[in-house]
Amino acid sequence: MEHIDFSLVDWSRAQFALTAMYHWLFVPLTLGLSFIVAIMESLYVKTGNEEWKRITKFWMTLFGINFAIGVATGIILEFEFGTNWSNYSWFVGDIFGAPLAIEGIMAFFLESTFIAVMFFGWNKVSKKFHLLSSWLVAIGSNLSALWILVANGWMQFPAGMQFNPDTARNEMIDFWSVLFSPVAINKFLHTVTSGYVLSAIFVIGVSAWYLLKKKEINLAKRSMVVAATFGLISSIYLISTGDGSAKAVAKYQPMKLAAMEGLYYGSDHAPLIAVGALKNCEDTLQVHRQSFIFEVPIYGALSYLAFGNFDEFVPGIHDLVHGNPEHGIISYQEKIEKGKIAIDALAEYKTLKKIGDTQNAAIALKTFEDNFQYFGYGYYFGRDPHELIPPVRMSFYAFHIMVGLGTYFVLFFILILFFTLKKQVVDKKWLLRLAVWTIPLAYVASEAGWIVAEVGRQPWVIQDLLPSIAAVSQIDSSSVMITFFLFLAIFTTLLIAEIRIMLSQIKKGPESSPSKQ
Amino acid sequence: MKTLVNIFQFYKEGFQSMTIGKKLWLIIGIKLIVMFAILKLFFFRNFLSEHFNTSEQKSEYVIDQLTKVK
Repeated sequence: MEHIDFSLVDWSRAQFALTAMYHWLFVPLTLGLSFIVAIMESLYVKTGNEEWKRITKFWMTLFGINFAIGVATGIILEFEFGTNWSNYSWFVGDIFGAPLAIEGIMAFFLESTFIAVMFFGWNKVSKKFHLLSSWLVAIGSNLSALWILVANGWMQFPAGMQFNPDTARNEMIDFWSVLFSPVAINKFLHTVTSGYVLSAIFVIGVSAWYLLKKKEINLAKRSMVVAATFGLISSIYLISTGDGSAKAVAKYQPMKLAAMEGLYYGSDHAPLIAVGALKNCEDTLQVHRQSFIFEVPIYGALSYLAFGNFDEFVPGIHDLVHGNPEHGIISYQEKIEKGKIAIDALAEYKTLKKIGDTQNAAIALKTFEDNFQYFGYGYYFGRDPHELIPPVRMSFYAFHIMVGLGTYFVLFFILILFFTLKKQVVDKKWLLRLAVWTIPLAYVASEAGWIVAEVGRQPWVIQDLLPSIAAVSQIDSSSVMITFFLFLAIFTTLLIAEIRIMLSQIKKGPESSPSKQ
Repeated sequence: MKTLVNIFQFYKEGFQSMTIGKKLWLIIGIKLIVMFAILKLFFFRNFLSEHFNTSEQKSEYVIDQLTKVK
């Protein structure tokens, strides 16, 4: 920490971002398609119609391709924790242990066991047991995501733990506070629901391609009804969970909210920017009152989004950095000083304990505990507090892309459902082409959501407690650079493999139809 | 014993009847080998475990790192 190697911090961050974003290309389709397949199979079991079985098996194959290519890509993130982020790994160790262990057990027992029945069990186990297996795979996949997202939620809002100054580790004192923290719950629901929306769009897009090619008409139309219904319900729920996430961000990560909205100066009746283009305010690290080249504000909407009240004050970046006594906001400089006191007190505590001065060690420990909530700010002592502002433009545009596309998806599902139920979808070529092109947009929205969540909370690895500059290992940045490009090559190969196998399977289509259209 | 044989047969027949699944298992196999036998072994050693043997030593080191703010 004496000499911060920013190239090491930046490469480590870039590598983690690259791995996480590639990993997330595979995960959401697994989360949602597993449920869509289970719903289709339920229709087969309920109606006894063999066409539903054929449809189920087709989508199950695409699910299998995505699952196989994506499986274990997340483990690389854990490798990176131990190698590139050793201070962080040690600091959080005990908190992540339980959720990740449960995730491993659930993933192993539910997914690994029942996925075999799902793929190998046709005609070998009863219909009902097969259906149960499909549902358990879907539930298992989503429960796996729960534990990972609980761990991520803890990083956004550390709760249910106590820092042990003797071991430098956080220890879990309340498992339920970690599991049911408002940030974790909203994060889980919002994230998995975004996977459902993406999967519904995937099914609709592939079905639309069949309709454009005049192939598999029955499969395509039936799949569209299921996917559009599932997608519409999911997208409406997604808005609701997004609202919950925004309120949690407003409460626990106000700087992230300000960055998401490009809100440099806080106000009552704060506006939500429907559309806007930000000026480049970051290069100079100055805070400007006029931050937009143009904007379409909806006055009061941000106050409502954040606090459920159109008139509530929403702090801006300036208020958070420089403080706003009227609203009880202390400045970053004050937090930095308190953080530095906490860091110094921890060092002093260790020294005093070593020499056996228990009385003064207890005083140092008390000082440390009193200031621990600002611990991470201490690493910015003697530095410009503006360094604690996340990249505003990236957060702003990622948020607006996510929200804009999310709104479009609701309308998209309504249109698809309307024309499919009216039996006119086959004639709406423009809608079918739009459906095919909406598939990449779903991935853009999904990745944008993670950019908001992770870039918006910079520089924190653990909110307020550990910034990235303190979390990295003291390793050579060139080794991180090499593995960055190694991962880029591996993941790009996997992605190309997935796309090629998936496209080939889609072109090949399902097993021959019992009744040709 | 019969149950175990049935389970073995279930998997054996399942793997034998695979079409695209064989290609996918090959990809999974190559991926796991690359991840664990190459990346983990040569590029992603656990930094603290590589440098320190005991939890106490790791704690000492991390506290030292976390409190070196100038």
